[in-house]
Amino acid sequence: MTDTAVESRRETRSAGPAAPPLRPQNRQFAVLAVLVLLAIPLPLILPAAQGAVAVRILIFLIMAVGWNIMSGFGGMFSFGHAAYFGLGAYTSAYLLVEHGVSPWVGMAAGMVVAAAVAMVIGYFSFRYELKGAYFALATFAFAEMLRLITTSSDAVNGAVGYQVPLIQGSSLGQMQFPAGSPAYFWIALVLAGGAVALSILFRHSAAGRYVVAIRDDELAAASVGAPVMRHKLLTVALSGAITAVAGAFYTQYYLFIDPQLAFGSSVSIEAIVTAVIGGIGTIWGPVVGAVIVGSLSDVTATLLATPPEFLSFLQGRSGLDVILYAVMLILIVRLMPKGIFGTLAEKFSERRRR
Amino acid sequence: MTTTIDTDAPETRAPSATLAVLKRAGVVGALVAAAVAVALVQSGSGIVVWQSVVTGLLTGGLYGLIAMGLTLIFGVLDIVNFAHGAMLAVAMFISFGVVAVTGLHPYLTMLITVPALFLVGVLVHRGLLSGSGGATLENQLLITLGLSLLLENGLLLFFGAEPKNVGLPGETHLDVFGAVVAGSRLYAFLGAMALGLLLYWMLQHTRLGTAIRAVASNSAGAELVGINVRRIHTLTFAIGAACAGAAAALAVPLLSVTPTLGEQFNITAFVVVVLGGMGNVVGALVGGLLIGLVEQLTTIYLDGQSSLLGVFVVFVLVLFLRPQGLFGRRT
Amino acid sequence: MSVLELSGVDKSFRGLRALSDVDMAVSEGEIVGVIGPNGAGKTTLFNVICGALKPDAGSVRFAGEDVTGHKPEKIARSGMVRTFQLMRPFATMSVAENVSLAAQHHTRGAERLRGHAVEIVERVGLREWAYRPATELPTAGLKRLELARALAARPRVLLLDEVLAGLLPAEREPVLDLLAELREQDGTTLVFIEHIMAAVMRLSDRVLVLDQGAVLATGTPDEVTADPRVIEAYLGEEPTTHADA
Ligand SMILES: Nc1ncnc2c1ncn2[C@@H]1O[C@H](COP(=O)(O)OP(=O)(O)O)[C@@H](O)[C@H]1O
Ligand SMILES: [Mg+2]
Repeated sequence: MTDTAVESRRETRSAGPAAPPLRPQNRQFAVLAVLVLLAIPLPLILPAAQGAVAVRILIFLIMAVGWNIMSGFGGMFSFGHAAYFGLGAYTSAYLLVEHGVSPWVGMAAGMVVAAAVAMVIGYFSFRYELKGAYFALATFAFAEMLRLITTSSDAVNGAVGYQVPLIQGSSLGQMQFPAGSPAYFWIALVLAGGAVALSILFRHSAAGRYVVAIRDDELAAASVGAPVMRHKLLTVALSGAITAVAGAFYTQYYLFIDPQLAFGSSVSIEAIVTAVIGGIGTIWGPVVGAVIVGSLSDVTATLLATPPEFLSFLQGRSGLDVILYAVMLILIVRLMPKGIFGTLAEKFSERRRR
Repeated sequence: MTTTIDTDAPETRAPSATLAVLKRAGVVGALVAAAVAVALVQSGSGIVVWQSVVTGLLTGGLYGLIAMGLTLIFGVLDIVNFAHGAMLAVAMFISFGVVAVTGLHPYLTMLITVPALFLVGVLVHRGLLSGSGGATLENQLLITLGLSLLLENGLLLFFGAEPKNVGLPGETHLDVFGAVVAGSRLYAFLGAMALGLLLYWMLQHTRLGTAIRAVASNSAGAELVGINVRRIHTLTFAIGAACAGAAAALAVPLLSVTPTLGEQFNITAFVVVVLGGMGNVVGALVGGLLIGLVEQLTTIYLDGQSSLLGVFVVFVLVLFLRPQGLFGRRT
Repeated sequence: MSVLELSGVDKSFRGLRALSDVDMAVSEGEIVGVIGPNGAGKTTLFNVICGALKPDAGSVRFAGEDVTGHKPEKIARSGMVRTFQLMRPFATMSVAENVSLAAQHHTRGAERLRGHAVEIVERVGLREWAYRPATELPTAGLKRLELARALAARPRVLLLDEVLAGLLPAEREPVLDLLAELREQDGTTLVFIEHIMAAVMRLSDRVLVLDQGAVLATGTPDEVTADPRVIEAYLGEEPTTHADA
């Protein structure tokens, strides 16, 4: 090492860490672009079964990004994101089946409906200062209420739900393609990429910084001029809208939706677990989490279909995938509360700072 | 959160506070009476409503017992135990298994489910929730959520989803002024009430109960006077879990045993806990009865709707308008 | 005319009278010291002024407008900004980010925002800490961060709650200079709660003494310290020794 290098290093140390990049989002957008480009050929390479797993991963990703905006960045712990997933699913299914509206329009409508409902629930929760466990329970209650209401409403086919009418051939406008078509993956990729891009934009916007400050300390944030209610509402609306996209796409992909699939508590749990395993409150945590959680059920399904000798009594049983991610959830919360991505990122930046 | 177990001896309470509680009890009573009256108008049949009221109250007793465990844990440890329902399911499976293997009377399986769940409670608290990893509210929610998924799906994996039934030997049906009541439902109610009072007595009149209340109202102070707070936390969590164990043995002849049966009880128990005031043991018992009633009356009001819908409506109203519960004071 | 005016402000916590019938008027460009024993209600006074707490009775007027019960963010944006005695940094942000957040409502653009923040961070003497997590700051650093953040919000009236507490005597000097400079250069009005009498005597045009929630005396520093009632209130409690708490 030359003297000047030593010198300059000493100087930066005495002046504290060097300034971080002025626009960290630029690097994140670049990473996202690379990831999306790498993912494009996947459906052409992967066997059909794995192609389906890849689509599921992207659906989980959209859900986790949505949840993460509200509960990670915003710190408002939601236990009821099924409400927004379900509203996206039902709005698009209803418009398509009952009125022949294109699923794209239905998706947009679902986003609007979910955002509106999120703002209404949010407004009352914030107005009445529901915090922590009470807030979580309230969000859960709203999702369950929507499930119960759809189950018993004839206007949306009650417990039976909706079957997406099949068309001949493929149509981008109808978001329908032959089973196993790579188009589904590409659409999901665009939607998921868009969701991640939106979360990057949001995180680094003035509004996003206010939201994080409000999460860190609401009174301190308000005391330097952060409009609290407006930003909380904005956050829940964005979060709900993104989650609704997942619901609308899910319906088109699986061609079927019912109250349990749409509003069931397992939907909320999947969103939470994915984000938490990857890393709560980080941009890439949902990506990491979605890859893990999304592929897990495929791995366990294969395992349980043809179990090794010592597990033969488990043949044909279900529940193993959830057990695995439950164990992972507990371990991660206990041992690495920042999640897989969050913890790795922290280790890396610590090393770099030394 | 500054919730305490609201079981202070009456003399420590200002007379105006007692009056306020009485007044609120009056308001609740009036609301219930009005609800019953509306149900009468709606259904036009006294016997139908009476049957609902009786069934609702009897079922509500069981809700109360389950919720007592949950509220105790919340009041003392500030932990919202999302795994409470799953623990109940585990206890039901234990009860079912013991009956199936030994032919023991279902109620006697309480001798096994209570200590078993107590032990589960100790392990869960010591293993998962105490220490820094279980410090924040989010972590506790996530850990108990993970635990509930683990327990439920463990049961599903090993025992499958088919419902299992345990009959009550010598099951009878009684006539309560015209309402038909299964013996098992009545016994479960009476058992729940007895156990609830036992728990209340334990909190009020034993050394352990005093220590628990001390920790609940001021854990730093309790530590100062020589109470081992961590031990009390573990014991409280275990007692809370044991409540689910007791409730399981009482309820097992009434229900089909499935791995996911805890889910619905969990929801109901949360509603009861919030209604009674988080941390308020007596409130939970009263809240249980009320929610039992609400459930039954909902099926009269909203023909064809799930009885849970009414429960959620009450839940949301209480959360927004009286988050401190019906009998708590606003902080 | 007064820029900040309180009249008849009452605030109780469950029967405890934290403020009773407080009147107070602060002129533009004035520096007012607020003193009083612990628990006198000084912090509560700031909480009421800045909208963190609603008074039970009375009114708060700022720049001629009634702001009683307005939301804290509205009051902050209109130019009245406070610091917290118990420091409340944004825990997941760096020092510079903490500060630039407070400037967000009047400055746009990443570059200008950062430039602005760095300038203020340097002004309070936290240059080396600018890009470190705020939670790594020692107590004295957190006090300065409180000050920096409030400054970044461009206050017309700045309310400081014991910003000198926890600082070494040598560290106080530059902060005092900074406060004096704020008034000289920017014309900022200052209301500051302080236990360190030397600072109060040096900086204040006027001192307001609170005791058990009520205004005990107001006047110039010399008048107030000679007031027998003030001496009485502090009896057995030497004000200058109470640097923290
Ligand atoms: N949020 C609050 N809730 C209950 N009591 C409070 C609250 N804030 C302050 N108090 C009480 O009000 C009194 C005045 O407190 P404070 O304004 O902090 O005094 P000071 O800042 O002069 O030391 C104290 O007795 C304190 O305990
Ligand atoms: Mg103070």
